[in-house]
Amino acid sequence: MRHILSVLLENEPGALSRVVGLFSQRNFNIETLTVAATDDPTLSRITITTTGVDKVVEQITKQLNKLVDVVKVVDLTEGDHIERELMMVKYKATGAARDEIKRTADIFRGQIIDITPTTYVVQLVGSSKKLDAFMEALDTSQLIEVVRTGVSGIARGEKTLSV
Amino acid sequence: MELLSGAEMLIRALHDQGITKIYGYPGGSVLHIYDALFQQQDIQHILVRHEQAATHMADAYARATGKAGVALVTSGPGATNAITGIATAYCDSIPMVVITGQVPSHLIGEDAFQETDMIGISRPIVKHSFSVKHPSEIPGIVKKAFHIAESGRPGPVVIDVPKDMTNPTDKFEYVFPKTVKMRSYNPVTKGHSGQIKKAFDLLINAKRPIIYAGGGVIIGRACDELVELAKTLNYPVTNTLMGLGGYPGTDRQSVGMLGMHGSYEANMTMHHSDMIFAVGVRFDDRVTNGLEKFCPTAKIVHIDIDPTSISKNIRADVPIVGPAKAVLQEFLKLLKASKVKPDTEAHKAWWHQIDDWRTRHGGRFLTDDSELMKPQQVIQMLSKVTNGDAYVCSDVGQHQMFAAQYYKFNKPNRWINSGGLGTMGFGFPAAMGIKVNFPDADVACVTGEGSIQMNIQELSTCSQYDIPVKIICLNNGSLGMVRQWQDMNYESRHSHSYMESLPDFVKLVEAYGHVGMRVEKYADLEGAMREAFAMKDRLVFMDIIVDPKEHVYPMQIPRGAMRDMLLSKTERT
Ligand SMILES: Cc1ncc(C[n+]2csc(CCOP(=O)(O)OP(=O)(O)O)c2C)c(N)n1
Ligand SMILES: [Mg+2]
Repeated sequence: MRHILSVLLENEPGALSRVVGLFSQRNFNIETLTVAATDDPTLSRITITTTGVDKVVEQITKQLNKLVDVVKVVDLTEGDHIERELMMVKYKATGAARDEIKRTADIFRGQIIDITPTTYVVQLVGSSKKLDAFMEALDTSQLIEVVRTGVSGIARGEKTLSV
Repeated sequence: MELLSGAEMLIRALHDQGITKIYGYPGGSVLHIYDALFQQQDIQHILVRHEQAATHMADAYARATGKAGVALVTSGPGATNAITGIATAYCDSIPMVVITGQVPSHLIGEDAFQETDMIGISRPIVKHSFSVKHPSEIPGIVKKAFHIAESGRPGPVVIDVPKDMTNPTDKFEYVFPKTVKMRSYNPVTKGHSGQIKKAFDLLINAKRPIIYAGGGVIIGRACDELVELAKTLNYPVTNTLMGLGGYPGTDRQSVGMLGMHGSYEANMTMHHSDMIFAVGVRFDDRVTNGLEKFCPTAKIVHIDIDPTSISKNIRADVPIVGPAKAVLQEFLKLLKASKVKPDTEAHKAWWHQIDDWRTRHGGRFLTDDSELMKPQQVIQMLSKVTNGDAYVCSDVGQHQMFAAQYYKFNKPNRWINSGGLGTMGFGFPAAMGIKVNFPDADVACVTGEGSIQMNIQELSTCSQYDIPVKIICLNNGSLGMVRQWQDMNYESRHSHSYMESLPDFVKLVEAYGHVGMRVEKYADLEGAMREAFAMKDRLVFMDIIVDPKEHVYPMQIPRGAMRDMLLSKTERT
């Protein structure tokens, strides 16, 4: 099962490497990882997506909590939540492909944010599934480059992750 | 207001933390610190001959006292030499503070002379680490380092100190914080009362109970509570390798150590139990044997301070996260107030069964007609000569297992061994670390001719500081534990398990100014050993020639259940 873990940790040098190191050291898998400071500059927030059976995810959560720099951990997938990922895709955009890419981007509510006579860069925001669907919708022969930020997530409603 | 340099702050903070001895080795990055050490009397520094030994000395002090030991090493090779010692402490949850020099801040990342990324290298084997960014942070970092090392599930903490942080001319105000508060680190102080009640029901209603107690009971200073609980209930107790001494080894209710080389009765009792009361243990693979076949009829209560240890290998029916002492005290309260009484009829039958197992094997070893001494006999003699009261610091190998099986520890904190990492070379420096802190105690290093050579250079440190430990070397002329596995699994192809060209240990230790003895016959053993221990102020190396063909039994059969054991070269369960 796929899980989205939100981690609040001290914004200290080396703190991120402890989190990342934990995953490789214990053979846990990381699918995506995003990190940035929060409104409180002494805290960073990491969102990690990982897949594993419940027992493994339970261990991951416990091991994260055990790190001295980690203030809090929640598994967003345990409750209602919103997840978003941003993607930028560069396409060869000449001839008929130019229209095709534009049309598909519109359907997915993406934007073309860079144009040259031969290329487009499409920006798309959504769930990871939606981004995957966009990638599948277009002919890969035109594809030059993809960059995805990884997932950020937040709980719906009153629930918060804070100190 | 008092102005101190970073180096002076470091020493002062250690002193304010209550430290009187540190173990270390100088080098370029820590020269300011060594100069500050030279100019004070509060802290004694013991100069080892290899940084690994410094870490093991600090570690052994912690194992005996529960307080963090301190090692000081230079950057680069000094720091990397300390790695094995840090990992050893980490694997056994031992509090330790390791101060490593680092190249000056402006050179970090430049591949400077003797630069290694110590924070990076040590990351997976420390509880936490700090890098000093400003000299004035030093007292606060020291305070936090000890707090983290000693509280919760203890472990080693590294403080990496760039040389410019200790510059003698840069002085700042020294303030040693009285308390530590960290929003991200709050170890649990008590167990969940609902869980404890649930567990108590299982405990009191068990028909075939066993208490499985580990190193957490010793580290958590919960031995008295454990003994009271076990005694009141009349339940059998088994100890892990790390837990030996946590329950008195000569007590009738002790069934000895469990696991791979555990006693027949301990492993049988575990396997057939209907309730395992596990405290301060982690269901290590050297204990459980095959996980699928583990104790099929037992309900499991698991108490540990570290939630990651619970249900990691074996799912607990009732998990309790908390310190052993506080949690066991809750159990004692419930026991006193309980209307339900233990089922003494059922327990009578259970004890009958256990005693049967005991007489069937009962820690026996084979003595054949050969003139050769059996290693087990040597340990039994050591137990006799020291009245079971010595600090026994072991190396790693067959001799370690024999020591664990045959030395009957009645007190906690006396059995000092590298259980988790299994570090050959640990025993001798560990014995030194104990002896310098407990000068009146009998301190024995039980070792093999293989292990002792991994830190034998420390004979020199012992001459310098007069550290009169007794080295009991079970010399079987081979890397015995390796040889045993080769006998069992590789048709006795003894690939590189022989120690050819062994030194004459007697002459070797004499060259360092110590006393050497060679013992070849059992008839001479007792006299020689008594003589060795009577020489209170001399280091004595007893080179004891033992049967090279002896194997450690019982030995669990890989991937079997706890009860599946080889009992000798020809018998199995
Ligand atoms: C540093 C290190 N290297 C290798 C090993 C693997 N090993 C475990 S026991 C052993 C043999 C130990 O020989 P010795 O000290 O003579 O003890 P014996 O088993 O003969 O009693 C070896 C090589 C280890 N535990 N530690
Ligand atoms: Mg040997």
